[in-house]
Amino acid sequence: MSTLRQWADELLGLFVEDGSLALAILAVVAIAAILAAAAAPALLVGLVLFLGCLAVLVENLVRARRHAGRPRR
Amino acid sequence: MSSWVTVAPAITSAFLASLVEVVEAFTIVLAVASVRGARPAIGGTLAGLAVLALIVVGLGPAVDRIPLWLLQIGVGILLLMFGMRWLRKAVLRAAGLIALHDEEAAFAAETAQLEDEARRQRARADWLAALAAFKAIVVEGLEVVFIVIAVGAGRGLLLPASLGALAAGALVLGAGVVLHRPLARVPENTLKFGVGVMLSGFGVFWTGEGLGVPWPGEDLAVLVFLAAFLTLGLVLVALLRGRAATELAR
Repeated sequence: MSTLRQWADELLGLFVEDGSLALAILAVVAIAAILAAAAAPALLVGLVLFLGCLAVLVENLVRARRHAGRPRR
Repeated sequence: MSSWVTVAPAITSAFLASLVEVVEAFTIVLAVASVRGARPAIGGTLAGLAVLALIVVGLGPAVDRIPLWLLQIGVGILLLMFGMRWLRKAVLRAAGLIALHDEEAAFAAETAQLEDEARRQRARADWLAALAAFKAIVVEGLEVVFIVIAVGAGRGLLLPASLGALAAGALVLGAGVVLHRPLARVPENTLKFGVGVMLSGFGVFWTGEGLGVPWPGEDLAVLVFLAAFLTLGLVLVALLRGRAATELAR
């Protein structure tokens, strides 16, 4: 049973290693999709998607850096 | 019709990403072979490849039935998840915030675990060794399958992407047969960084296409995305490495 659970964890880990990164990516895509559905200019949808992904990466790495620098208790 | 702007990066990213995964699977299979002999290693590998073949045969026709826009969004999200995860990890490793992946260490750890299991459960040792090889092939192989589908399905590039992955498999197998030791000198983090950049760039491109975004310059927009992720990744490595060094000096 523990082997199966370990396999399931490893398979999930293919897509989601840091849950907050995965959620943030989905949020950016969702915002872009909502804008597209609301007939916003297509280029704005593209910009939100592109810049949103870059921003997600920066935010995640800066947070990871802060976390790594925090002293452990 | 697909241009070389999309075909070449699809083949390259499938090749490089598969290279990383196949090297990891090869390390485990080699550990199995060195502890328990060729039989469980080959048996586990063949069983793993058979499961992967079944998955590919099952997924292939399903991919053809999905509407193109939905496929592009699904594949785009998959690429963003994969690509940004790899890019994040590669940046953290390059900045020295997490340890680099070490094939020699992975080989030693797997060998020690197999030897320990063989001592405790001598009768089942071959089965456990074969299972370890099987698991490595299925888990790493699934990653290869997803990457091939992700970089190939959005534009009908499944065949070239598959060829890129097969070439990586052949290269690692050939090198492994000649060397008979873990392929520790593969620059895994550099490969992960490069592939992360490519997958992320394609992820933005195909998700946007699926949402109906007419990218300026059409396919050439991919190059802009690749350049942006590459530049940002390098800047982040320099920034994070600099801050880590400053804190160490204090």
